[in-house]
Amino acid sequence: MVAQDQPMEKSSILTPFNVITSIILFVGVILMFLRFTRGIGAVTNLDNNNPWGLWIGFDLLCGVALAAGGYVTSSACYVFGLKRFHSAVRPAILTAFLGYALVVFALNFDVGRPWKLPYPIFVSQGTSSLLFEVGLCVFLYLTVLFVEATPAAFEWLGFKKLRTWVVRLTLVLTIFGVVLSTLHQSSLGALFMIVPSKLHPLWYSGYLHVYFFISSIFAGMSMVIFEGSMAHRWLHDKMDATHLAQSDGVVLGFGKAASFMMMGYVGIKIIGIAVDNNWHYLSTGWGAWFLLELIGFVLFPAILYGMGAREKNLTFIRIASLWTVLGIILNRLNISVIAFNWQLPSDLRYVPSFMEVGTTIFIITLGVVVYKFIVTRMPILYEHPDYKEEH
Amino acid sequence: MAISRRKFLGCITAALGTTTGAGALAHAASNKDFTGYPDSFGVLHDSTKCIGCRKCEQACNEVNSLAKPGKPFDDLTVLDQKRRTGEASYTIVNKFGNPPVFAKTQCNHCQEPACASACFVKALKKDPSGAVTYDESLCVGCRYCMVACPFNIPAYTYNDPLTPKVTKCTMCLPRIKEGKLPGCVEICPREALIFGKRDKLVTLAWEKIDRNPDHYFKHLYGEHEMGGTSWLYLSQVPFTKIGMREDLGVTSAPKLTSGALGAVPIIVGLWPVLLTGVYAISKRKEKIAEEEQESAVQNAKDLASQEMKDQLLKLSKKMTKEKETAIANGVKKALVEVEEAAKKAEQAAADAAEDATNPETTSDDSEKEEE
Repeated sequence: MVAQDQPMEKSSILTPFNVITSIILFVGVILMFLRFTRGIGAVTNLDNNNPWGLWIGFDLLCGVALAAGGYVTSSACYVFGLKRFHSAVRPAILTAFLGYALVVFALNFDVGRPWKLPYPIFVSQGTSSLLFEVGLCVFLYLTVLFVEATPAAFEWLGFKKLRTWVVRLTLVLTIFGVVLSTLHQSSLGALFMIVPSKLHPLWYSGYLHVYFFISSIFAGMSMVIFEGSMAHRWLHDKMDATHLAQSDGVVLGFGKAASFMMMGYVGIKIIGIAVDNNWHYLSTGWGAWFLLELIGFVLFPAILYGMGAREKNLTFIRIASLWTVLGIILNRLNISVIAFNWQLPSDLRYVPSFMEVGTTIFIITLGVVVYKFIVTRMPILYEHPDYKEEH
Repeated sequence: MAISRRKFLGCITAALGTTTGAGALAHAASNKDFTGYPDSFGVLHDSTKCIGCRKCEQACNEVNSLAKPGKPFDDLTVLDQKRRTGEASYTIVNKFGNPPVFAKTQCNHCQEPACASACFVKALKKDPSGAVTYDESLCVGCRYCMVACPFNIPAYTYNDPLTPKVTKCTMCLPRIKEGKLPGCVEICPREALIFGKRDKLVTLAWEKIDRNPDHYFKHLYGEHEMGGTSWLYLSQVPFTKIGMREDLGVTSAPKLTSGALGAVPIIVGLWPVLLTGVYAISKRKEKIAEEEQESAVQNAKDLASQEMKDQLLKLSKKMTKEKETAIANGVKKALVEVEEAAKKAEQAAADAAEDATNPETTSDDSEKEEE
């Protein structure tokens, strides 16, 4: 399984995948050059009224939410004792690590002076800011994920002792990961609790932090399912018998759990509307948009998940997972960009520039390339023969 | 309210003195009610007196050495378009309605600033003097302050690739420390701007409203908005008509986020305990399941061997029985046969008796059969 990728690579450097990714990466490097030589203003449509755009709305908010699969899967397996999810843990941890690493990478584009990113942690701590909490937790969690991801690399490199040491830390790291994830996933929502005057009332709520945390759980599960189905299509030959045998169970289990979580989420969203008595907004255009998000992109996929889990229909669950991921993206973009500054006249509203979109595509592509590089080399989708039956 | 220089300096020493002890406490996550630094300064903007001469814009530009705009400051056609503060204009005068009403915009220097509570490196701070200050050397450029500001005041130098920064009115703190008035206040030809201690300005403003209730809209903007601001506004028309939002509420920005921030220590404290508990439960479950499985297997084994024994016993019993029946049957059969043979013999004997001419052969035959 490990040996077979070498001849494959040699024979096919000019695959469609390689050609397309190299074009994207090339354009991305040019955009990066422009950003750091001409300034943020030269590549983005950001302005003084709209200080946060696609790079925060998608790269940061969606990136973090969709990387939640790491803590969800590892806690399901190691804390809640659902051992049948074991083969899903490594790919989930790897995706989470890459996701967070890319979030931090993307932040370097967005903030004005990226070389000062360590400042909030090491120089001047603005503890009253939720962004400080987000920054600290993301920094710590990235470290945790890195450590959690190292056993695969150590197995690949043959560092047996180091690997044993890290594996011993699994439970502590998992619990630490859940604490940190709870904190920063919710704080990302709480960031917007400071702007009741700018965020549309249907999205603004005193429960924003709860919404963000709960939605991160099913975002993570959906991402694990979605990514799993992608991996099955493109990386089937890298999976071992255990992974293949467990993967249907993972899909069914997470599909069922996500269905429950999403139904509950719809419930607490409705409670939020009731608490603030925002019913009358539902009849406006913004209300229709809100209902599209809540019913069209949460309730419907939740029902599809439920049907899939009941009828053991993996196709339903896979479709529902992509649908849910799109719903999460819609939700995060609504809060950070679309329903944010909703009262501004339309000519002052923000629409991302092509270069911003290009940079985001560049960053996603970078993630896919690194993921592919790692799973074709390290024991992620299969168990290393030397360490079988250890867990 | 014009203040003499000596009195003014006295105020400053008092203000600075009383607050050095207080320091810069983080009030955001506490339950304490902060109503502003005592003796802090503010400015009262009486928009009914503003004539839209843009002199304040000019003074601000010069005092802060900002880039000169394309159109000169005495070009009043600039007022035809609604503008906001930017990197080269810390203050802006806008014109509203007809007959025109003017209103000046700049940083309101909130009592509990949203920007300062949002800043994750403490680059923005509420100074005891009343000014909200910005330290460029700490700023990372995340622009959360701009997101957080309910008045849309801070601007960012987006086109500066290496040293971009947030720009906004400083309340002319360097000038205040020198004993001077803020640039805009000093130049205002109509006394539409009054500098002084905020508490006094509040009293003064309400006196103005009370003395002239027909002239003023009965609201002192900034007294309570978002927890209160150091800049205060009087107007003849409702404030929404001069581009100011009246739906901001009176809750200060730090209070809006304090609940979420307060959850942090509880999560840090409780989650590990709960999760370790869950882990212990799942481990225990696993152990019990294992034990149950073991005992089940043992039971099954025992049961199976018992069954096997029973079956063997049954089988052996059955076999003995079968044997017995077979023997009995054999005996029966033999008996029947014997009987039949006897009958035959009798018959044969009778036949022989009847047929006396040829008796030996028949009786010989029957005797042979019997054997």
